[in-house]
Amino acid sequence: MTEWINVVVQGVLIGGLYAMFAAGLSLIFGVMRLVNIAHGDFIVLAAYMALVAAAALGLNPIAATVIVAPAMAALGYVLQRLLLNRTLGDDLLPPLLVTFGLSVIIQNGLLELFTADSRRLQAGAIEVASLQVAPGISVGVLPLLQFVAAIAVIGGLQALFYRTAVGRAFRATSDDPSVAQLMGLDNRHVFALAMALSLAVVAIAGVLLAVRTNFDPAIGPARLIFGFEAVIIGGLGNLWGTLAGGIVLGVAQAIGAKLDPGWQLLAGHLAFLLVLAVRPEGLFPRIRG
Amino acid sequence: MSAFQVRFADRRSEISLAVFGALIVILGFAPLWAGRDGLRLLGEIFAYVALASLWNLLAGYAGLVSVGQQAFVGLGGYMLFGLAILAGVPPLWAIPAAGLIGAVAAVPVAALVFRLRGHYFAIGTWVIAEVFRLLASQVSVLGGGSGTSLPSGIVIAIAQSRATREFMIYWIALALAVAILGLILLLLRSRYGLALTAIRDNELAALSNGVDVARVKLVVYVLAGGGTAMVGALIFLQKLRISPDAAFSVNDWTAFVIFITVIGGIGRIEGPIVGTIVFFALRQTLADHGTLYLLMLGAVAIVVMLKAPKGIWGVIVEKLDWQVFPLQRRVVFGAQSELRSLSEKEKE
Repeated sequence: MTEWINVVVQGVLIGGLYAMFAAGLSLIFGVMRLVNIAHGDFIVLAAYMALVAAAALGLNPIAATVIVAPAMAALGYVLQRLLLNRTLGDDLLPPLLVTFGLSVIIQNGLLELFTADSRRLQAGAIEVASLQVAPGISVGVLPLLQFVAAIAVIGGLQALFYRTAVGRAFRATSDDPSVAQLMGLDNRHVFALAMALSLAVVAIAGVLLAVRTNFDPAIGPARLIFGFEAVIIGGLGNLWGTLAGGIVLGVAQAIGAKLDPGWQLLAGHLAFLLVLAVRPEGLFPRIRG
Repeated sequence: MSAFQVRFADRRSEISLAVFGALIVILGFAPLWAGRDGLRLLGEIFAYVALASLWNLLAGYAGLVSVGQQAFVGLGGYMLFGLAILAGVPPLWAIPAAGLIGAVAAVPVAALVFRLRGHYFAIGTWVIAEVFRLLASQVSVLGGGSGTSLPSGIVIAIAQSRATREFMIYWIALALAVAILGLILLLLRSRYGLALTAIRDNELAALSNGVDVARVKLVVYVLAGGGTAMVGALIFLQKLRISPDAAFSVNDWTAFVIFITVIGGIGRIEGPIVGTIVFFALRQTLADHGTLYLLMLGAVAIVVMLKAPKGIWGVIVEKLDWQVFPLQRRVVFGAQSELRSLSEKEKE
């Protein structure tokens, strides 16, 4: 019994990480209807940036987030202004193709720079530390930190969306970009801010991923899929739903892995397809537009 | 005699179609003039022309922007290996069988992914491909996660000498690419073609004019699934080795195919052919610089999408109003053969 409780607890905690992958994806889709195919590759890029920053400055990789997050945000802002804003419109192919192109460029660029060897961020003693929460059930400090970070990120985004001027601008452009523009908002700037915020979240997720598991330039697309599945399971446009979606995905994977190591990813995908077949609008939808 | 006729071909497209036919005949005799490496390269080119043409049919005409066609490439490849190794089916027969299975498999897949719209449809198809990949890596008789090779007995049974075998596989590749192009051409000239062109130009308008959009999309998705599975079977017959990662690679069978189609010209039947030539030209010139050609390919695709979204062929059509494959309907009035091109209207 405690064995299974452990499995579920692990699944819930990893679900927080998936929710963080999903939050950035959901944010830009909500604001500008853009699905960023390179999202997973940005997560990996952030991990490599943390690797370089930690090595160059002798920082703990988790502390390197302080550098990586603003750097990724700046990258997101510039990318949106120079490239992605031009792809937005009624046709879904341009943003899809351009972000696919970025995905291939990032993957192969990282491959040229860092080779295909898998890396890992060394965070020190925190990696193996754990807390005993009940007899037979212990929780790793690092997974717990990830989960708390996920709640903080999602709570922060929620507050930003509903309590700040920038959030109001996001919601306004999301509801109707042309009216928002008439009211004096510069959509190009608003979209760029949204992408900057998305990539800042990506940076946090990327560092936390890289402390926990090995990474190499090719693992991005799978992270994109996890994030996407969490968004759909949770229901479009609902950030807390996205957290629930991440948890469902994480628990499904943990149970699958417990049954047979080969079933870990499969179980997650099947949970997603099941939700899609039975409840295509997701578990907690807040349908917009 | 009626006052007017609807014609597809004009003088120039008749000439260019004849040139294209002659080119295919010349390519048919390639074993006489090309070396082993040349044949292998051409075979790969034909496979990409076929894949890109099928994706173009999906995305360019039916508005189904799938990023999960690797599901069918891999399925076709695994069906070839499964049928040949486990059921003793001769590999050449396994290719059409794989196509049939691909088409059948496309039906339940469509039932699931058609619930998603737009971008989410795209990534949904990708998830399906991941599920296929993970299932394939569970099949231990076909090598599980590390894959397997086609046993030499089966390979030799195709033809005794290596040269004959390579010629046969080459001709199959050529025939498959030509057949798929021909089928797409026929489809586009049929009533479905009119419906598809209408959907391409404006889905809502097509719907309000009585086009059964859902049905047309399903038909196209199933046909593309079957065709892609056949190409997949062929690709892994060329390689003689399969693994889940190679068979269900999103980069090899979808990203590059999308770049090819967009660079060449999406929504035009000539586009994928032009794009494939660009892709292989880049790959061959930059062959010594590792993955540089992939970086270039991604960059070229982005630039084309932003600067000339209709692709290379789209630019040619706009400047010269030229089509190799007669698809546009032109109305010819009376005996004077007063030609009124509909092309102006269609462009709007």
